[in-house]
Amino acid sequence: MNIAVCVKQIPDPATPGELDPETKTLKREGKLILDDSDSYGVEMALQLVDAAGGGEVTLISMAPNDEVSGLRTALAMGAAKAVLVSDPVLQGSDALSTAKVIAKAVERAGDIELVLTATESTDGYTGTIPAQVAELLGWPSLTFAKHIEITDGKVKTQRQTEAGYDIVEASLPAVVSVTAGVVEPRYPSFKGIMAAKNKPVDQAKAADLGLSDDEVGWKGARQQIKSIEAAPERQAGEKIEDEGDAHERIVAFLEQLKVI
Amino acid sequence: MPLPKVWVYAEGEDGKATSATLELLTKAREIGDTIEAVYSGADADTIAPQLGEYGATKVHAVDHGSSLSGVIGGALLAKLVGDEQPDLILFAQSYDGRDAMGRLSVKLDRPVLTNGNGVEVDGDTVAVSTAVFGGNTIVTAAFDGEKPYLAGIRPKSFAPEPSGGGAAEVVKVDSVDAGRAAEAQVLDHHVEEQEGPKLEDADVVVSGGRGLGSAEAYEPLVEELAKVLKGASGASRAIVDAGWVPYSKQVGQTGKTVKPKVYIAIGISGATQHMVGMKGSDNIIAINKDAEAPIFSVSDLGVVGDASKVVPKLIEALKART
Repeated sequence: MNIAVCVKQIPDPATPGELDPETKTLKREGKLILDDSDSYGVEMALQLVDAAGGGEVTLISMAPNDEVSGLRTALAMGAAKAVLVSDPVLQGSDALSTAKVIAKAVERAGDIELVLTATESTDGYTGTIPAQVAELLGWPSLTFAKHIEITDGKVKTQRQTEAGYDIVEASLPAVVSVTAGVVEPRYPSFKGIMAAKNKPVDQAKAADLGLSDDEVGWKGARQQIKSIEAAPERQAGEKIEDEGDAHERIVAFLEQLKVI
Repeated sequence: MPLPKVWVYAEGEDGKATSATLELLTKAREIGDTIEAVYSGADADTIAPQLGEYGATKVHAVDHGSSLSGVIGGALLAKLVGDEQPDLILFAQSYDGRDAMGRLSVKLDRPVLTNGNGVEVDGDTVAVSTAVFGGNTIVTAAFDGEKPYLAGIRPKSFAPEPSGGGAAEVVKVDSVDAGRAAEAQVLDHHVEEQEGPKLEDADVVVSGGRGLGSAEAYEPLVEELAKVLKGASGASRAIVDAGWVPYSKQVGQTGKTVKPKVYIAIGISGATQHMVGMKGSDNIIAINKDAEAPIFSVSDLGVVGDASKVVPKLIEALKART
């Protein structure tokens, strides 16, 4: 069973984000890392391939400047290879353009039965890519999965809902988005890290995927940034040190707010 | 000048429209002339009076059967827009809303502006504003292409207010063609026992973070306090990622936005990721060991202390009152 996992390489979320005042896009100049949200999909894919007793995991990524450092992390976890789409014309791409790139890259990878994604990325978090990629491929999408099983050409998931979860099933090929925290992503072993250096990364440009400049990047996004403004700041209030009686102060505050 | 026709992608739950749907209808009245709802579900007749009460004159509906509601909803919208010509379609940034807007954006080849918390109409320009970087910065982007424009709006962005309108007229569509997407079938629903109000509707929200120390501390500290205060329990991303609690409890940028009367953050340091989801609360109480934690920069009452000591005493004191 061959599985593609969409992985995003993002600026380290620990460093505060910044917008480039000229391009009005997120600054993504420094070293990029594997989005934590995607490590669950990678782990899930590795487990499903193991359970199926064969096949491989292919990573799909779109990133500026031929960035591979995040991909190497996922390759070190055990993915077999990657398709990386990197092209200056992709700058400013919105979710729809990104989904077009990913769908084409999945086709380029070939012979994929299941595409796994996170529910949303940490830096862009539009949350629409899984459904968009599925629609572009003409496949069913089983979103917000917290558990996945593959049997007899079918995928069955537990889909997170507000009330609990639903059991959702579809025949393959399909797209499944995976919620965080549902599996424990493995740490790459030393052997894995060494092996990752030689795993194939198939690099493609937008044109190689048959996408024209009009469909992607700023032109494809069909939107204009009108303004970037500072939001009104919230003022900090009282701060106390607990000396065994802080709960009394909290009770008094709740009383004052009339919630008790 | 208002937009001639604004659509709201309506969602229902237990025979009622969701709060997010009513919020969007309220906003739609402010920016549009004709307001209509589009609904994927079997109970359109049941929720039509409520949709009307908040301003929808019509609800276009299809029964999604056992297919996923948002997937069929996206196909319904795609089928209708050609004849109906809406100018703008508003979606809630919810599980099913995201399925519907994603599917529709591809069918129409239109971008979606997502995670909005404001919509402005200025002449022919329609713009959506979004809070980024933990809510420190507001980016406003205008659509620049063909209509209909598609916007995903975070629940809790607007306060719902009824307009006093009569029931919306239900216009049923027999079926839609969603292709292979319709093959994803819901076989069963599992309802997890939930006491008290929903996270997004609660007056009091108690959330826990990494500072709880372990998954086992969540129930006796966070859930118990929420229960005593008749509130709902939430979580930071860190403990959702760690698998302590499910994704549906996550408050923040990649989770839910809440605006309760009181938000109580226990052992949450206040990463920008979290702040964007709770900064709009009326009052914030934070309990954290680290006096330098960023959460204290937004809290009205900050307690520097050990949650495992403060919270049990707080629960006990609250219980003693009743």
